[in-house]
Amino acid sequence: MALLDIRNLSVEFTTRAGTFRAVDGIDLTVDEGEVVGIVGESGSGKSVTSLAVMGLIPEPGRVVADRLSFAGRDLRSISGSERRRIVGKDIAMVFQEPMTSLNPCFTVGFQIMEALKVHEGLTGRALRDRTVELLDQVGIPAPESRLRAFPHQLSGGMNQRVMIAMAIACNPRLLIADEPTTALDVTIQKQILDLLARLQRERGMALILITHDMGVVAETARRVAVMYAGQVVETRPAADLFERPRHPYTAALLDALPERAVGRRRLPTIPGVVPGIADRPGGCLFNPRCRFTATRCCGLRPELEPDDTGATRCFFPLPAHREVTP
Amino acid sequence: MTDEAIVLEARGLEKRYSVSRGFLRGAATVRALDGVSFQLPAGRTLAVVGESGCGKSTLARAVTLIEPPSAGHLFYDGRDVAGHSRAELKELRRTVQMVFQNPYGSLNPRKTVNAILGEPLVINTKASRAERRERALAMMAKVGLRSDQIDRYPHMFSGGQRQRIAIARALMLNPRVVVADEPVSALDISIQAQVLNLMMDLQEELNLAYLFISHDLSVVRHIADAVMVMYLGRPVEHGPKDVVFARPRHPYTRILLAATPRVRAAERAERIVPKGELPSPLNPPPGCPFHKRCPAARENCAVDVPALRPVDERLVACHYAEEMA
Repeated sequence: MALLDIRNLSVEFTTRAGTFRAVDGIDLTVDEGEVVGIVGESGSGKSVTSLAVMGLIPEPGRVVADRLSFAGRDLRSISGSERRRIVGKDIAMVFQEPMTSLNPCFTVGFQIMEALKVHEGLTGRALRDRTVELLDQVGIPAPESRLRAFPHQLSGGMNQRVMIAMAIACNPRLLIADEPTTALDVTIQKQILDLLARLQRERGMALILITHDMGVVAETARRVAVMYAGQVVETRPAADLFERPRHPYTAALLDALPERAVGRRRLPTIPGVVPGIADRPGGCLFNPRCRFTATRCCGLRPELEPDDTGATRCFFPLPAHREVTP
Repeated sequence: MTDEAIVLEARGLEKRYSVSRGFLRGAATVRALDGVSFQLPAGRTLAVVGESGCGKSTLARAVTLIEPPSAGHLFYDGRDVAGHSRAELKELRRTVQMVFQNPYGSLNPRKTVNAILGEPLVINTKASRAERRERALAMMAKVGLRSDQIDRYPHMFSGGQRQRIAIARALMLNPRVVVADEPVSALDISIQAQVLNLMMDLQEELNLAYLFISHDLSVVRHIADAVMVMYLGRPVEHGPKDVVFARPRHPYTRILLAATPRVRAAERAERIVPKGELPSPLNPPPGCPFHKRCPAARENCAVDVPALRPVDERLVACHYAEEMA
């Protein structure tokens, strides 16, 4: 059985312009110990999806799903106190900007200890030792002396390590990392990604890595879901997805990467922008920007159709066996 | 083809800041720029690469004449910037313009596109209101904005369109050099490609020279002609793009390249996990500034400062550059 099982999850916000579906019927399963990447441009609903799993969607946002279960428990119907026992312990999250996610008024030691006190009931010596051990595990040099440091006294990379230490403090079974390296330099990004991969391997925890960076996902995740305008448009093992994408959007995104265009002077682009609140088209949400749009795409909304290695939300997916562009 | 006249040259540029360390401790000096030299021909792009805190932005401030360098010389079209009167400096500043990283922060939300694009003309020319509007419209067409958008405010545009406005504003005074500080790093991939293409089109059309500051090596590899890798205010490797990317000679360049995530498995470089973080510029390590993080450091690296010297078609500051292959 999957650790996290999401069926037909939607998140709606009521605005003056009408109801806006930030997440529109997504399915996602994550097995124990699996690394799943979610990629998409800004506004594609990646972060809202993770907040919905954590139960952090504020009023007046509405979360509806056919199934939303974690380790066999239905997250839709549990009470607040039950949810608080799971969230922060079995499901933990690392946010994008460590500088704004940490509380500037408390030492990093205090902030890590808070989770351990609440969830594990540790006190005194044991609490302190466990915190030092955690800081050591995430690669912070001289951990004893850093307990008393405030976030502004540490660099961005060190603060992100503190965030990770907080997240793994209670040995979560699922860690959701939302753009964990976006604010960091490439060298520090590499260190943090290696740290996450090592912790994931050692502890056998499941990891959902949310990012807009295709390279980061390709190097880290085993399975990838591509999101566009609130929907999953393609999901597939990472190797297949990046070698032979079948959804025109995935293919166009990969073509737009400078990495793939070395030698060519102009990059292939996707015309237009991700549709916002008021301008979601009828039919396939990608049809105004797609190279292959047919009449059918403008009238009907395609379903996520399973194929041999994954699934694609497109009436005319690109063939699985074709020449890979050099 | 573009002509090869050097529009911008820097010789031994230095910038030192004095930092107060508190009562009774005296001031410390930060060498934000330490001996930076380069030549930038018209129609070409020099990319400056490095981690935050390496002096990239200080270099941008010096080149755009926002802050005078502490030492060294800056030449525009062969004319030394130092020793000019205020009036002459104002004239010189028109030849160099800047595009900033975040198009959400760099455009005044209370001004229309017309006012944003017209402002450089108000300050620097005697163009009438009607002329300014006409020139703003012409520039909008050039950067791919519709003419009916001229009276809109920045919040009505997407991130990519805002960056187009920022580029248009930089080009209003027909500069020869554009300093672009991370111009695409705040944009989504598909939009990033559009803006990069636009910058390349404009460069061809107007024979612009770009000083392109970026931390994204795959973007740099695509757009640059020459690359300068900086570490703690100093260039550590500087040369033609193809040479530097094909065979990096400085260990730091190699680490940056290896740390850049790649989509294609075949292109992933050797897996080196970079050690440590950038040391405090207040207290740089002795010898080679990189030796504490360098996988190839030897004893003398902690003592002798390596000079920037030519090795195999590029300049590199490493004692053992010949062995890096």
